[in-house]
Amino acid sequence: MSIRLTNIAKTFGRTTALEPLDLNIADGELVGLLGPSGSGKTTLLRIIAGLEQPDRSRTSSIHFGERDVTNVHVRDRRIGFVFQHYALFRHMSVFDNIAFGLTALPRRERPSASEIRTRVNRLLEMVRLEEFAKRYPAQLSGGQQQRVSLARALALKPDVLLLDEPFGALDAKVRQELRRWLRHLHDELGFTSVFVTHDQEEALELSDRVVVMSNGRIEQIDEPDTLYRHPANRFVFEFLGDVNRLEGNVQDGELTCGEARLSVDLPDGHQELLMRPHELKLLEAQSPHSRLPVTVTSASPIGAEVWVELVADWLSEPWLATVRHADFERLHIKRGQRLFVEPRRWHRFGNAETHDQEVEIIS
Amino acid sequence: MQRIGDAPRTRRLLIGLAVALSVLFLLLPLIAIFAQAFAEGVAIFWNNLSDEYTLAAIGLTLLVTALTIPVNLVFGVFLAWLVTRFEFPGRRLLQTLIDIPFAVSPVVAGLVYLLLYGSSGWVGSWLDGYDIQLMFAWPGIVLVTIFVTCPFVARELIPLMQAQGAGEEEAAVTLGASGWTIFRRVTLPNIKWALLYGVILTNARAVGEFGAVSVVSGSIRGETNTLPLHVELLYQDYNTVGAFTAAALLALIALFTLAAKAGLEWRATRREQFR
Repeated sequence: MSIRLTNIAKTFGRTTALEPLDLNIADGELVGLLGPSGSGKTTLLRIIAGLEQPDRSRTSSIHFGERDVTNVHVRDRRIGFVFQHYALFRHMSVFDNIAFGLTALPRRERPSASEIRTRVNRLLEMVRLEEFAKRYPAQLSGGQQQRVSLARALALKPDVLLLDEPFGALDAKVRQELRRWLRHLHDELGFTSVFVTHDQEEALELSDRVVVMSNGRIEQIDEPDTLYRHPANRFVFEFLGDVNRLEGNVQDGELTCGEARLSVDLPDGHQELLMRPHELKLLEAQSPHSRLPVTVTSASPIGAEVWVELVADWLSEPWLATVRHADFERLHIKRGQRLFVEPRRWHRFGNAETHDQEVEIIS
Repeated sequence: MQRIGDAPRTRRLLIGLAVALSVLFLLLPLIAIFAQAFAEGVAIFWNNLSDEYTLAAIGLTLLVTALTIPVNLVFGVFLAWLVTRFEFPGRRLLQTLIDIPFAVSPVVAGLVYLLLYGSSGWVGSWLDGYDIQLMFAWPGIVLVTIFVTCPFVARELIPLMQAQGAGEEEAAVTLGASGWTIFRRVTLPNIKWALLYGVILTNARAVGEFGAVSVVSGSIRGETNTLPLHVELLYQDYNTVGAFTAAALLALIALFTLAAKAGLEWRATRREQFR
């Protein structure tokens, strides 16, 4: 079922949680709402659910498919909601938690006790918790509780599944596992899902499309790939990964910052360039295009690439670079070593308001 | 490392002191009550107990308690729910208002009710026109008892409901449950022990309330005399044994209440350990 939000805004007293926004989510899509805390992502999710009311306005509306649910109460919206802290009924067994939605139906719509049992057992099997049916929430691990919470939300076969930081309270390994499992479940059952996260990696890995938010505004909506390669503005660029900053004055096509020099094709004046760690190349000697001398302060060879931290007098904050293990060994990188950086690519954004973007490639 | 009071001698002294004081101030008076009640033998005790006016006082006290508890149960749950589940202007003020009966001396409460609902009071004179008398009659006693005991349930529930948050109720509503279903199947099971605890405290106070009740009751024997008032009346009549018989009855109710409270607390700690 598709979701269509039109002109939705929310203010709490005098603070604006959401500025008026539109959002369309296609049927069967898995969309991540990504943003720092206070960006309005959870408020937006709760508005979709109906747990929060948007500001009243004649032009604002929420549609699930063709159904106008703007004034429909949460309990009648047919959504499944997964809470960050699970919100399991602590006095009920796992079985009763999952069965709750079915047993709370009005008598004439309620399935028979035996059918409820069959359906709950099927859900328990799906979340791989068959042996835990009689346990209480407090007797389960965080990951298990979140799976119960998911099964509970899916028991009524909702058209729309909403998840509020579903894996936020779990440790890294369990989170990784549950993420893949959720993606799998989503593809199998074909519901429309919206989830909230502040974890860029999670959003990029799990979503079909990501909605990046800040200060109650949508900054960009795109597929993970596009988002990462073509950020619409500086906020998105900075939020999606580590950023190295180079600030200086440009004169006659050369940017100067202390002893650092870099050839750029930019007009004269003050400029700020941004670079991702993987866009930095480490050299033993300076190149014709650049002279950016740095000192290695640490190198972490754990993972697919080596993370190298670099400092220099002309840098106000250290830079991060990733190098391949082969280069790491070839350059004999160690702490205290002096090297030169050459950017493969850099990004420049105008003022936050102008959303101007420019990507240049040297060499 | 030694903490203060770790030396065996100091410890024995401190424990001994605590026990001695408890016996002197708490246990001894209790024993005295029962000793006095049975001072002239079991037969006289029974005689005093089955006295017409004593029976009437017991009946009235039970009636007042039986009416007060359900009213404050509903009111307390409603208030706690309102204060913990909603944001509205005046929420803080309401939370403070709940404590007024604790802050005000019961005698003052009684007087205020007398002024308001007495036959010459604002509300009382209007009711008088319909021949309804609240003061110096059992309804007045019920009213002031409700006033005096109304914070107990709410005060027990508010911190608990605040700590538990609205998460489970929100989960229930997203699962399509109606308001009543949510209350019955989610809210109530989560607060039931605190609620029972609040009821026990309400009960203890409702049975024993003296100050506020004495102002509005008029102490008419057999009609508006509650058990605590009856104790005083008998004592003033120089019927010491009778007074202590009624007092023993009150003490028994109190002990029973305490036992119930201890039982609940024991159960609560056991549940904690189990979790």
